[in-house]
Amino acid sequence: MTTQLTTPTRQHEIEAVEQSRRGIWPGFNGQAGKRWTARSRRDFLVFLALALPNLALIFVFTYWPLINNIYYSTLDWTLGSPSATVVGLDNYVTFFTSDDAGKVLGTTLTFTAVTVGGSMVLGLLLALALNAKVRGTTLARSAVFAPYVLSGVGVGLVWLFIFDPGYGVLSWILRGVGLSSPQWINDPQLALVMVMIVYVWKNLGYCAVVFLAGLQSLPRDVMEAAALDGAGTVRRFLSVSLPLLSPTTFFLLITTMLSSLQAFDLIRIMTPLGNGTSTLIYEAYLQAFGAFNRAGYSASISVVLFALLLIITVFQIRFVEKKVHYS
Amino acid sequence: MSRALLKTNRPLASELSPARPLPGPFSRANLAQTVVAGYLPLTLATLAVVLPLLWMVLSSVKQPGEIVTTNLQLLPQAPSLDNYRTAMTTVPFAQFFANSLIVTIVGSTIKVLLAILTAYALVFVRFPFKKAIFLIILVALMVPAQVSILPNYVLIAGLGGKNTLWGIILPGLGTAFGTFLLRQHFMTLPGSILEAAEIDGAGHWRRLWQIIVPVSVPSIATVGLVTVVGEWNDYIWPLIITDRPETMTLPVGLTLLQNSEGNGAGWGILMAGAVLVIVPILLIFAALQRYIVAGLTQGSVTG
Repeated sequence: MTTQLTTPTRQHEIEAVEQSRRGIWPGFNGQAGKRWTARSRRDFLVFLALALPNLALIFVFTYWPLINNIYYSTLDWTLGSPSATVVGLDNYVTFFTSDDAGKVLGTTLTFTAVTVGGSMVLGLLLALALNAKVRGTTLARSAVFAPYVLSGVGVGLVWLFIFDPGYGVLSWILRGVGLSSPQWINDPQLALVMVMIVYVWKNLGYCAVVFLAGLQSLPRDVMEAAALDGAGTVRRFLSVSLPLLSPTTFFLLITTMLSSLQAFDLIRIMTPLGNGTSTLIYEAYLQAFGAFNRAGYSASISVVLFALLLIITVFQIRFVEKKVHYS
Repeated sequence: MSRALLKTNRPLASELSPARPLPGPFSRANLAQTVVAGYLPLTLATLAVVLPLLWMVLSSVKQPGEIVTTNLQLLPQAPSLDNYRTAMTTVPFAQFFANSLIVTIVGSTIKVLLAILTAYALVFVRFPFKKAIFLIILVALMVPAQVSILPNYVLIAGLGGKNTLWGIILPGLGTAFGTFLLRQHFMTLPGSILEAAEIDGAGHWRRLWQIIVPVSVPSIATVGLVTVVGEWNDYIWPLIITDRPETMTLPVGLTLLQNSEGNGAGWGILMAGAVLVIVPILLIFAALQRYIVAGLTQGSVTG
């Protein structure tokens, strides 16, 4: 330890150097009287020069819109029109009292529940398969993760072709077993099913890879002890692996829920009219940028969506992030 | 599963009667087990990903007659690039591709630069309220871009940014993700690596580029690649801020193509378009997937 080898003054200097290297502001660490030296003034300016452009962009294009959105949501305003009337909470009242609310919230709930549940359950099963001690797991892992990084528009078109009732591969397979292809695009319920299947296909690999990392970080000795006690594979998975995986499961639950609520690309490209697939985000888009140009109304839906995302995030911070240290 | 398959230290053989010897590693039972439990799900999962993408590529080089047909044709009889040519003449595809390239390269470069500068400032430059500033960045990380599209549209359109490349790039430039990831990495660097620079009397600029950046190449690559993927695939914002083909990016251009080729004969052309938007990222992913996976799944280990 350096404490025994150096005098208090020397120790103080070492601390000051280390603080300077680590960029710690001296004024907050008991060096009163030396707060506003030429050096700290220069550091102050250097910090602003380096960080301000990014911080300003984040403020203007991330924070300011949130406030603006709330303001817009109180307006009766056609997008592109120079004038707007303040209507208070009318847009919210219209949304929640019309048929729209039930339909949109129902679609959002179905889409989120099915895609989160589907990609997590299948992702976990896939992670167990990837965790097996056989050759080729690295290649399979890359393959299943790949759709997650691909363009939603490109993926949507590929699957739209597969689902095509006339010339799609799926219709050939169905005809092969004597069935006729359902009208995936025209039937509102089937359109939602189709989009959910493709969404799970695209996001499954993410869940699998995160679950795999969780499985591989499970303590070896516990797993071996369970095996020695004669617990079978299924028993070990249910009673040992699954409870130990709960932080990973919770992390995935939150992240997949947030991304499902924001899903746009696939829904837009596969169902351009929102026939049966109008989730909150898609409805907000259609209202402002579809045929209606109802900007104020769209903003109110965005605020509802944001409130929902905020609740989930706060929930996550309260229950998970407590254990995480970002310093 | 039989207990004999488990790797345990217990002398299992002594428990078994000599009539039932331990299955060897290459016994029929063991092989069957490995195939069913190990290879089958992996093969199925890999095929589920590969086959649709393979189908996309095959269909993109087929003739319209091989797609609109009563007999399913798996392989193209005479592979040709006709669909790509048609796509280029129906809509300005080369222009879309160039726009996507510009938006991705310019946007990613600026974002990575801003992330490096901000993260360096947050870790190595003395400043009060750094915790509060970091918190602002953390919260921004959780604010989805989707809820900001209308106010950003009003702002950018008001500035004359509609149908311009800068209008597409600008709102996404502030980077919370890159700053967060690099800041976490810089925090792990020992303060002593700056010692030599201090003796030299090097200022912050030289410390950053000559010491911090060279030892952080993997983290910067991770941020860069994740940013490139995000910029290339970005859809909702370019879709809203452009309505003229001259400034559309590939995903938006594909939407335009879909509108004009939305019948059976157009599938080959649409698949050609899908290849152009999917394959570049697929190649980058194949080459550098280690960084991309690490960047996209970050947070899962600590969380």
